[in-house]
Amino acid sequence: MRILEGQGVSKYFGGLAAVSDVDFHIDQGEIVGLIGPNGAGKTTLFNLVSAAFPISSGEIRFKGHKLNGLKPHRICKMGVSRTFQETKVFGNMPVIQNVLVGAFFGSPKRISAADAAGEASRALEFAGLSAMAGHLIQDLTLVNQKRVEVARALATRPELLLLDELMAGLNPTEVSEAMELVTKIRDTGITIFMVEHVMKAIMGICERILVLHHGEKIAEGTPKEIATNKTVIEIYLGEETRAGN
Amino acid sequence: MDITRLLTRYRKLLVAGFIILVLIFLTTFPLYGNDYYVKLLTFILMMTVLAVSWAMFSGTTGYMSLATAAFFGVGIMATAFLEGTLPFPLIIVIGGLLASALAFLIGLVTLRLKGIYFAIFTFGFVMFIGQVAYYIDVHILNNAWGHDLPLANPGTLLYWMLGLTVVTLLIIHFIRRSRYGLALLSIGGNEEAAEHMGINTTMAKVMLFTISAVFMGAAGAIYAPALIHVEARIAFNVFNSFTPILMAIFGGMGQFHGPIIGAVVYGYLDRTLRSELQEYFMVIFGVILVVVILFLPNGITGLIATLRDKLGGVIAKWRKGGQAEEHANT
Repeated sequence: MRILEGQGVSKYFGGLAAVSDVDFHIDQGEIVGLIGPNGAGKTTLFNLVSAAFPISSGEIRFKGHKLNGLKPHRICKMGVSRTFQETKVFGNMPVIQNVLVGAFFGSPKRISAADAAGEASRALEFAGLSAMAGHLIQDLTLVNQKRVEVARALATRPELLLLDELMAGLNPTEVSEAMELVTKIRDTGITIFMVEHVMKAIMGICERILVLHHGEKIAEGTPKEIATNKTVIEIYLGEETRAGN
Repeated sequence: MDITRLLTRYRKLLVAGFIILVLIFLTTFPLYGNDYYVKLLTFILMMTVLAVSWAMFSGTTGYMSLATAAFFGVGIMATAFLEGTLPFPLIIVIGGLLASALAFLIGLVTLRLKGIYFAIFTFGFVMFIGQVAYYIDVHILNNAWGHDLPLANPGTLLYWMLGLTVVTLLIIHFIRRSRYGLALLSIGGNEEAAEHMGINTTMAKVMLFTISAVFMGAAGAIYAPALIHVEARIAFNVFNSFTPILMAIFGGMGQFHGPIIGAVVYGYLDRTLRSELQEYFMVIFGVILVVVILFLPNGITGLIATLRDKLGGVIAKWRKGGQAEEHANT
């Protein structure tokens, strides 16, 4: 079943087409990766799905419901949650309260304070941060702040989770831990759509990968197909290989 | 005797006891105290209402409202116009509701503005409404000499203000602990993330801005008789937009009692020093404020917390030392 579907999705900033005529779909229970060079429009596409920006043209559907014109808080309540490329935590609260916000306001129905507290501590435990519940969020490392964002998103009880560069800036050990976390989240039945630059992670856990370049979708397929796709190697992986040399 | 542990264990009881003592003092004071001090206490309570209502919205969300004087002034004008025609309690309610209706409209239009723009708009609004009220009052309603209000019993005014203060503090305490308080705090933390976590931020801001204005308007309505003579220019004094901010920063915005402490200290200094020092008062208070902002970013309450931590550390160290000595002796 298609949980998320986009048709002819475009976003213009003035004359610049940040995302142009992109068709895509995510099936329920999948882990789908979204890759592309810097400025390819990956985060913009995420922002369109979560309604941080209004869409210029095209249509996005979540479980058959049109998302166009809805506000971000409505979309969150429908079951789409996200994290941010540059962490956007609530710096004026302790860790557990950050997660509590998601639990309180993200669920489609009004929930009691006790249920919200339970949901928050469960989400925090799932992300492996129980020990830091009472810490001030600024005292946490970037890695852990990103994990708090994941816990906060999970506390909203999403069906689809958008992860925006969860692994940027992590060391190899932390990357494998994060990969484990992502698989664990999918195993609870949550569909995952993730933007990532860390190839090892993308190739390791995604079932399908979409490639954006200059706002256009240039390829789509299994990690194997993408790794051997000529266009992709040329404009994206090739660049990195050269940079590596 | 372990004093710090006793203090933490019976904290709630101590706080409750302290509040009861203050309430007893305030309710009995008009029976034996002289009018000057009764008026001083009324003024302090009014400042408390303004500071706490301002901090509830602006302190938590980071949206600096400079509209306090407008809401406060609407309350004063409500009493000026309705005095004698309606019972006083009803006038207070009307003053509060008019102020909140105004806040609702301003909120709808301006709470999309971020940062400095919101502050400037609300400030402009105070100037605007002051001028409009002056024009209507003087040129249309021909009240060129303003409104003279009948002398009110200072004790009665104190009771009304005390009632309003208790209601305000209870409601705001409740809001801060509720999910709406959490919503406001998250807007202050990161509005974009709050919106993405399912909070209708626009609605939360407008609603709580509206609620905060009820108390400001009611405070104005109760305080009006104490002014004796009311004109639009007095009612909409721009200065009233800044005092709540000064008091909240001075006391510390992070905690519930911060603005209260700020209001008590400022209210007392304002009434006692201003009559003696005139304009020099603001110079002195300005210097105090600068020192507080530079050295105590979390206000007086922040200082208390820091001192307690330091003192706690010293006591713990001293106790550990004592225990070590005991061990050495055995």
